[in-house]
Amino acid sequence: MKPAPFAYLRPATLEEALAALAGEQGAKVLAGGQSLVPLLSMRLAAPSMLIDINALPDLGHVTTSHEGDATGVRVGALARHAHVLASDEAAEVQPLVRMALSHVAHPTIRNRGTTVGSLVHADAAAEMPMVLRLLEGSVDVASVRGRRTIPAAELFAGPLESTLAHDEIAVEAFFPALAPGAGVAFEEIARRHGDYALVGVAAHVETDGDTVTRARLGYLSVSDVPVVVDVTAALDDPASAALAELEPVDDIHATADYRAHLVRVLTPRVLAAATDHARSRAGEAIPS
Amino acid sequence: MTTEQLHDVRLHVNGSVHEVQVPARRLLSDALRHDCGLTGTHVGCEHGVCGACTILVDGAPVRSCLMLAVSAVDSEITTVEGLTEDDGTPQGRLSPVQQAFSDCHGLQCGFCTPGFLTTITAGLRDNPDPSEEEAREMIAGNLCRCTGYQNIVKSVLRAAEIQGEIQGEIQGEIERERG
Repeated sequence: MKPAPFAYLRPATLEEALAALAGEQGAKVLAGGQSLVPLLSMRLAAPSMLIDINALPDLGHVTTSHEGDATGVRVGALARHAHVLASDEAAEVQPLVRMALSHVAHPTIRNRGTTVGSLVHADAAAEMPMVLRLLEGSVDVASVRGRRTIPAAELFAGPLESTLAHDEIAVEAFFPALAPGAGVAFEEIARRHGDYALVGVAAHVETDGDTVTRARLGYLSVSDVPVVVDVTAALDDPASAALAELEPVDDIHATADYRAHLVRVLTPRVLAAATDHARSRAGEAIPS
Repeated sequence: MTTEQLHDVRLHVNGSVHEVQVPARRLLSDALRHDCGLTGTHVGCEHGVCGACTILVDGAPVRSCLMLAVSAVDSEITTVEGLTEDDGTPQGRLSPVQQAFSDCHGLQCGFCTPGFLTTITAGLRDNPDPSEEEAREMIAGNLCRCTGYQNIVKSVLRAAEIQGEIQGEIQGEIERERG
């Protein structure tokens, strides 16, 4: 349970970090390390070099903006889960961020682990990749070649595989704000609170008066990538519609059958909670 | 065979500075135990599940097995050895959390205890008066194979009481001095 040897660099600027990453094919980026260090210790990963970005300036932010298309929450690469979770502004602008973060591991892990790191680690059993996908957010990545924005729909390539190029570092995530008249909900089933979920479901519902105009559900731990299903046309039986697009997997934690069962149980429950949330928010927005 | 490169690392632990030379792959838990000689931090699962190696990094509980020593240079670290309060005696005075574990039989074999003590010390700072439910939530990330947790939950509540009493005494003294 000790990592294999690697070279180590702790750059002071992003430019320095990007140059080093571009120059070393076997290099990996270290931020919070709450997923990477266990992989190193178990020797499931053996990078030739670690580039520790913890000393980089200006990446620890959690900011909210209220203008135009950019309305939402921006999270820097060094913002710890605990810091994002504690932000009342972020919870106000996009409530699903806090709802989901409270299920991310234990507080001790959240004190060190970063939200952006969790996104690009692309674990289908993790909460935040699915949330980013459901909210149609994005991740900004930088490299010596420049900066680009990857929409969440294009971020997850496979199990623990993102579409970042080898020389790119994720510098910021963007979670769009919750529109007026829209609602969200999150629930997951784990053997113990803080453990990886057997199945987790989030819902995003848009309403116009009493009518649901759009309903989408996100699933974690069901398939080997985070999956989002649009159930707007299947509100009478959303679980069947979801299962038609999901491929529940067997593993040591649960059988595929049991996962399908949990999808049937959680889907209507979470969808109803998000619909209620949307209606309560619409009620609040109406001036009395 | 090439020799592995060593890094000069300055660790700030319990108010003291430790200058150590470690390879980049040295886990912080191992650096504390082997390089600093602070064996109070225990190493259980070594992949972030059991919580035995929990220390405080800039006041917040963190798994020391999930940090590299080289990455801890800018941090103020508190291990279980740093919880004891200085009262002029060589062994120091037990902190409220340590005293509560002693009072409530919150440990049996003691292996997991350092991780509980550090976690609860930080937990009570954030929430000085937890309910039983909140006490359970506070320790949910730490495993204990002896106690069945009942006495650890009692210890959390008792530690909150002791802290409250100390706070009350300090408050009383301040008021007497003013009066």
